[in-house]
Amino acid sequence: MNTAAEVKTEAVASTSTTADAPLIQVRDLAMTFDVSAPWLNRVLERRPRQLLRAVDGVSFDIPKGKTLSLVGESGCGKSTVARLLLGLYTPTRGSFTFDGQDAHAAFKTPAGNVLRRRVQMIFQDPYASLNPRWTVEAIVGEPLSEHGLITDPVALRQRVGELLVQVGLAEGDRSKYPHQFSGGQRQRISIARALATEPEFLVCDEPTSALDVSVQAQVLNIMKALQKKRELSYLFISHNLAVVRHVSDYVGVMYLGRLIEVADKATLFATPRHPYTRMLLDAIPKMHATGRARTPVQGEVPNPLNPPTGCAFNPRCPLANDRCRNERPVLHLAGTTQVACHAVEEGRG
Amino acid sequence: MKKLLARWLDGDVGYSFRHSPVAIGSALVAFVCIFGAVFANWVAPHNPFDLGALELNDARLPPAWQEGGTSKYLLGTDDQGRDILSTLMYGARISLVVGFASVVLSALVGVTAGLVAGFKGGWVDTVLMRLCDVMLSFPPILVALLMAGVGRALFPNADTAVAFGVLIFSISLTKWVDYARTVRGSTLVERNKEYVQAARITGVSPLRILRRHILPNVMGPVTVLATVQVATAIITEATLSFLGVGVPVTSPSLGSLIRIGNDYMFSGEWWITLFPGLMLVLIVLSVNLLGDWLRDALNPRLN
Amino acid sequence: MTLLQVQNLVVEFPGRRGTLRALDQVSFDIAPGEILGVVGESGAGKSLTGAAIIGLLEPPGRIAGGQILLEGERIDQLDAEAMRHIRGRRIGAIFQDPMTSLNPLYTVGRQLTETILAHLPVTKAEARRRAIALLADTGIPAPEQRIDHYPHQFSGGMRQRVVIALALAAEPKLIVADEPTTALDVSIQAQIIQLLKKVCRERGAAVMLITHDMGVIAETCDRVAVMYAGRVAEIGPVHEVINHPAHPYTAGLMAAIPDPMEDREMLNQIDGSMPRINAIPTGCAFHPRCPQVFDRCHVERPELIDAGPTRAACWLRQEATV
Repeated sequence: MNTAAEVKTEAVASTSTTADAPLIQVRDLAMTFDVSAPWLNRVLERRPRQLLRAVDGVSFDIPKGKTLSLVGESGCGKSTVARLLLGLYTPTRGSFTFDGQDAHAAFKTPAGNVLRRRVQMIFQDPYASLNPRWTVEAIVGEPLSEHGLITDPVALRQRVGELLVQVGLAEGDRSKYPHQFSGGQRQRISIARALATEPEFLVCDEPTSALDVSVQAQVLNIMKALQKKRELSYLFISHNLAVVRHVSDYVGVMYLGRLIEVADKATLFATPRHPYTRMLLDAIPKMHATGRARTPVQGEVPNPLNPPTGCAFNPRCPLANDRCRNERPVLHLAGTTQVACHAVEEGRG
Repeated sequence: MKKLLARWLDGDVGYSFRHSPVAIGSALVAFVCIFGAVFANWVAPHNPFDLGALELNDARLPPAWQEGGTSKYLLGTDDQGRDILSTLMYGARISLVVGFASVVLSALVGVTAGLVAGFKGGWVDTVLMRLCDVMLSFPPILVALLMAGVGRALFPNADTAVAFGVLIFSISLTKWVDYARTVRGSTLVERNKEYVQAARITGVSPLRILRRHILPNVMGPVTVLATVQVATAIITEATLSFLGVGVPVTSPSLGSLIRIGNDYMFSGEWWITLFPGLMLVLIVLSVNLLGDWLRDALNPRLN
Repeated sequence: MTLLQVQNLVVEFPGRRGTLRALDQVSFDIAPGEILGVVGESGAGKSLTGAAIIGLLEPPGRIAGGQILLEGERIDQLDAEAMRHIRGRRIGAIFQDPMTSLNPLYTVGRQLTETILAHLPVTKAEARRRAIALLADTGIPAPEQRIDHYPHQFSGGMRQRVVIALALAAEPKLIVADEPTTALDVSIQAQIIQLLKKVCRERGAAVMLITHDMGVIAETCDRVAVMYAGRVAEIGPVHEVINHPAHPYTAGLMAAIPDPMEDREMLNQIDGSMPRINAIPTGCAFHPRCPQVFDRCHVERPELIDAGPTRAACWLRQEATV
C-alpha cells in the first residue's frame, strides 16, 4: 500500500462512531475498464489503447445501521462503485472488507455464497430489473431457492407472501407477472427480492430516479422503516441531492471517479467545503427559493477518458492554482469533513 | 401450460389472430393438411404402399370429375394404380416430418450457438460469428446436395432411417445460422439488463442464468423464424427429392411425387404431378402466411 | 390579448377496447411573454397537452373537443400544411432528449439557417449572420467556428443550447418546452434554466414549460398548472401554488417532495397511484386518494373554482366560499 492510502485510512476511520471496525470498509477501490478498439482496428488504424478509470481510488466506511450516500453527476463512477461492492466486477486495485472479511477474495470461493446472502442490491430501472417472463413468486423466491435456504415449495410460497406484505403489497400478488404492476410497485418487488435472504447491507443504485415524486415518497419511506426495523446498512447512490438529504447519515461526493468530500449529512449541507460541492448545492433548483441570484457552475464534466491532470475539477474551479493543475489532492480532514482540495487545505477556500 | 395458453389467447396475440382473416384461413388450411398427413393411416381412402392392394388395371385414371375417372380414386391414380389422394397424404407426412425435424435440429444448434456467442462474447463470439458468415456464403441447396453425396458415399447401403437422418442433417446445416444470429442479438441486449445482474449478484451460475433467465426472453423471434423455416425446409426437401437426392424411393415425399409425375405430364396425365405440386404450394403458403402474421402480432408486444 | 387560449381541450385515443380519453376538458391561458409551468406525474397528460398544441399528436390520438386559440385564431383544426407554417414561426418546440432533437447528418449551422430561411424573408447571408448571433446568445463559445460543426461534436449541455437556439430561430411568440432539462446533469440543468429564462425574456417569447420537477418550475415560471389524470387540478401564481396549495393533490405533492434545504423524518405519501386513463374514477379523479374526500366528490366532477390567488378543481373550495 502506498502512503496515500494510509493517510486515507486514518482520515476515513473517524467516520464511524463506535470503536469497533465498521461493517463496511472500502480502501482505495479502483476500477479501470479497457475500452480500446478491437485488436484488429488498433493494429490497422494505429490507435492507442484506451483505458477508462471509472473509479480511481475510493475509500469510505459505513457503520452498521447507517446510510452512506454517494452523490455525483454522470461519469463520476458511483454506479461502478455499487457494482464493485457486489462482485459484479473485480477491482483493479483496492479492497472491500465486509464484517472483517475480504469480500472479493470470498466471492471467488464457495464461501462467497454466504457473503452474497448478506449483501444485496436494488436497481434503478423498475422495468429491466425484473424478468418479464417470471412470476413475482419466482422472482422473489429465487435467492431463497438458489441458496438452499428454503426447499419446501409451500414454505417458499409463504415466505414470499410475507416479504410482499412487508413492502406494502398483497400476498396474492405473487402469482402475477411484472407487467401487471406500476413502476413503484415493481420497485417494491425489487426490494422484497433484495430482502429475501435477510441481508445486512443493501446497495441501492438510484432506486427512485425513475419514479414519480409521490411514488418516490412511498418507496423512500418503506426503505427508512425497514432500516430502522432491521438495522440495515445502505449505500445509496443518487444524483438527486434532495433525496440524499432525506435518506442519508453520511454523504460522499464523487467527481470523475474520485471521492472529493465525505461528511455527515448535516455538516455537508450546512457547510460544504469543496468548491464542487458548493456549486452543486447551489445549482439544485429549489422549490422554496429565496430569490437570491446565483452563479451556476461553469463548463461541463470532462471526458472521463481524458481527465485533467492534477485535481479533476480544476478547469471549472474558481480557486484553481498551479498546484491544483499538477498535483492530485488527497482526502484530508478539515473539521469533521474529509475533503480533497488544495484550496481548503491551504486555507483559501 | 393451460394458463400460458389462456394468457396468450386473451392477450394481444389472441386478439390479433381472431381479427385477421388471413391468419385464421391459413391456420385452418395448415391444420387440415397437417391433420391429413398425421392421420393418413386412418384418413386416407387407400394405402398406396400396400403392393398387394394395387390394381394395375386402375393405373392412370384421371380425377373423379373428369370422364374416365371414378369416385373410388378422387384425384386419379398414377402409373402403378396408386391413389393420388392417398399418396398425397402420405407424401405430405414425409415432407412435414423432414421439415419439422430439420427445423428442430437447426433451432437447437442455432439457439445454443447464439446464446453462447452473445453471453460469453470475446473470441468465442468472434469465432462463432465468422463460422456463420462462412456458412452463409454457401447456397443451401448446394450444401444439401454435397451432404447427400457425402452421405451416400459414407453409407452406401444405408437403411431408410440413416437416409432420413442424412437428409435432415443436410437441410439443417445452413439454417442454424439464422437462429444463431437472431438469438445472439437478443442475448446481447438481455445480458445487460438488470434482472440478469440481480441473478448474478444472488450467485446464480452462468449456465442457469442462460437457461432460466435469458432463454425465455429471446424465444420470441425464434418462434417466428421457426414457423417460416418449416416452409423453407419443406421446399428444400422437395427440391432435393425432385432432383433425386432426397428421400429414399420407398417413402416418397411430395417432391418425389412431383418428379415421378413429371415424366407423365406430356403424355396427358397431368394430375399425377399437379396435385402433389398444389399440395406443396398449399402447405408452404399457409405456413408462410401464419409466420408473417405471427411476426406482426408479436412485434408490438415485444416493444 | 392572451397569446394562447386552451379551452376545454379533449384528446381521445380510439382503441380496440373502446375510446380512451387522455385529456378531459383542459383549460388554461398563456399571456404574451409569460412562463407557464405545466407540472404533473407520469400519465397526467402534460406532454400530450404540449403535443396537441404543436399539432404533433401521435395517431390514433386526436383532438376530440374544445379549442386551441393562438392570438385569437383557432389552430386545432388546421390541416397539416397550415400547421407546418405555424410550427417554427409562431410556436417553437424544445424536447427532452438533446441527442435526438438534432439531425446528426447536418451541421448545426445548416439546421439553423434552414429554419430561418423557411420562415423569414431574409437572404442566406443574413440567415447565417442571425444563426451565429443565436449561437452566441445561447452561450456557445466561438460561434463562428461552431456553426459549421456537427451535433456529435457538441456535449449534451451544448446540444441543448443549440436546440434552444433552433427553437428561437424563426422568432416564435410561444415556445413549448417538454422536459428540456430532465436528461441533463444538475449543474448543466441550472445553466439551461437560466439561459431559457434569459433568452425568452429578451425576445418576449412566452414559454409553456412542461416538467415533473417542481424545483425547476419554482425557479423559472410565473404561473403553474398542476395536472392530474388528464385534467387541470390547480392553476395559479407559482409561489402561491407551492406555498399555499388549494387542491389536496397539490398539497400532497408538495409535501412528498424532499427539500435539499430542510430535514424531514418521513416524507408525506399519497397512498395509491394515479389512475390509468382506462380506469378514471367518476366525479373528481382524485377522490379515491384524497384525505379530505366527502360525498359530492364521488359523484360530481369539479370545475376550476376560485380559491384566492389560485384556482383549484376541488369542491372544498366551493364549500369554503358558501
